[in-house]
Amino acid sequence: MTPHVDYLLRLGDSSLVLGQRLAEWCGHGPVLEEDIAMTNVSLDLLGQARLLLTHAGTLEAAGRDEDALAYLRDARAFRNYTLCELPNSGIEKGRGQAADYAFTVMRNLLYGAWQVHLWDALAGSADASLAAIAAKSAKESAYHLSHAADWVLRFGDGTVESHARAQRALYQLWPYTNELFAPDAIEDAVCGAAIGVRGADLRPAWEATIDRVLAEATLAKPAASGFVSTGKTGRHSEHLDFLLAEMQCLARQHPGSHW
Amino acid sequence: MNQEPSLAARVPASTPEPLGAHGAGSVNSAPLPRPSPAQAGEGGNRASPMLDWPLWEVFLRSKQGLDHRHVGSLHAADAKQAVRMARDVYTRRMEGVSIWVAPSQAITASDPGDKAEMFDPMADKVYRHPTFYKLPKEVEHM
Repeated sequence: MTPHVDYLLRLGDSSLVLGQRLAEWCGHGPVLEEDIAMTNVSLDLLGQARLLLTHAGTLEAAGRDEDALAYLRDARAFRNYTLCELPNSGIEKGRGQAADYAFTVMRNLLYGAWQVHLWDALAGSADASLAAIAAKSAKESAYHLSHAADWVLRFGDGTVESHARAQRALYQLWPYTNELFAPDAIEDAVCGAAIGVRGADLRPAWEATIDRVLAEATLAKPAASGFVSTGKTGRHSEHLDFLLAEMQCLARQHPGSHW
Repeated sequence: MNQEPSLAARVPASTPEPLGAHGAGSVNSAPLPRPSPAQAGEGGNRASPMLDWPLWEVFLRSKQGLDHRHVGSLHAADAKQAVRMARDVYTRRMEGVSIWVAPSQAITASDPGDKAEMFDPMADKVYRHPTFYKLPKEVEHM
């Protein structure tokens, strides 16, 4: 697999996996209006994933389309950031625990802000298809950021309980953001070809965005952490297999089905 | 590469309201009960936040439309959130390019029980329609 394809999978899988996580709220949202809003965000991410995986499949030229890449790969072949696969309940709870909206919107804030800066930079990519996908996705991610920031403000600057939950979610999620900025050989290769962008280059702008939201939400910024997750290399948390089992079971049980 | 997006457009500016003001808005500057995060977080009790949040009427202007039309209503903690939720609930299929929301309690409605005295008298007053009058030929197009 070329670094170019690997890089596209990194972005596409992240959108796909986070989109699947958010889809778990469909029909279970705290209120009907928010249920629809979160599902809209999920569908936006799924749309980004379709474009990126289709493009990756075309470049790979191994006969894999978006469906083959999404539904017929195992966890080790997924290149999403670990941040995107963490369960909505937060990482200190076991599987099957109640989902937590503060954790969900805090992750959307952290990843949405990342995507806003990412698409902005990738709009100038030498890969014309990727640049077009970035330009389209930028508007979606701007809204995701706005939506998440609004809830983080309401939770952080809300009640004692909502503040505590938002702060706890931030503490849990913060170390997982390091992976977004960690350099590796894939990134070196795609940056050398002016296709991709260095995560480290996006960090100052990303932190400025996050800092402003956290300050207004009266939330404390966690201390820097040395932990770096490794989802983008295919080494994932224990949560991804369960997510993929649910997401892929239909396509695997009924290969090639149409409806 | 490191362009700073204009966050001001995305994130609400600080309001002069006291600390904690983001938890809920107020319609008539009377403090409203905030949705309990326990309810908002667990996804278990769907009804309770709705009881706390006021109802808003939503008006949309379509791309071709000249006026905002009433499309429905929704619950939201404050006006800003109501606009956001109206976007997500009522414009998913490109129904509009402009949104108005108004607190439902600000609307005073006619009483359906007064229908007879309010509207029935108009039924036999055809002369109030311009088509009742015959135009002189000289006027031609009017």
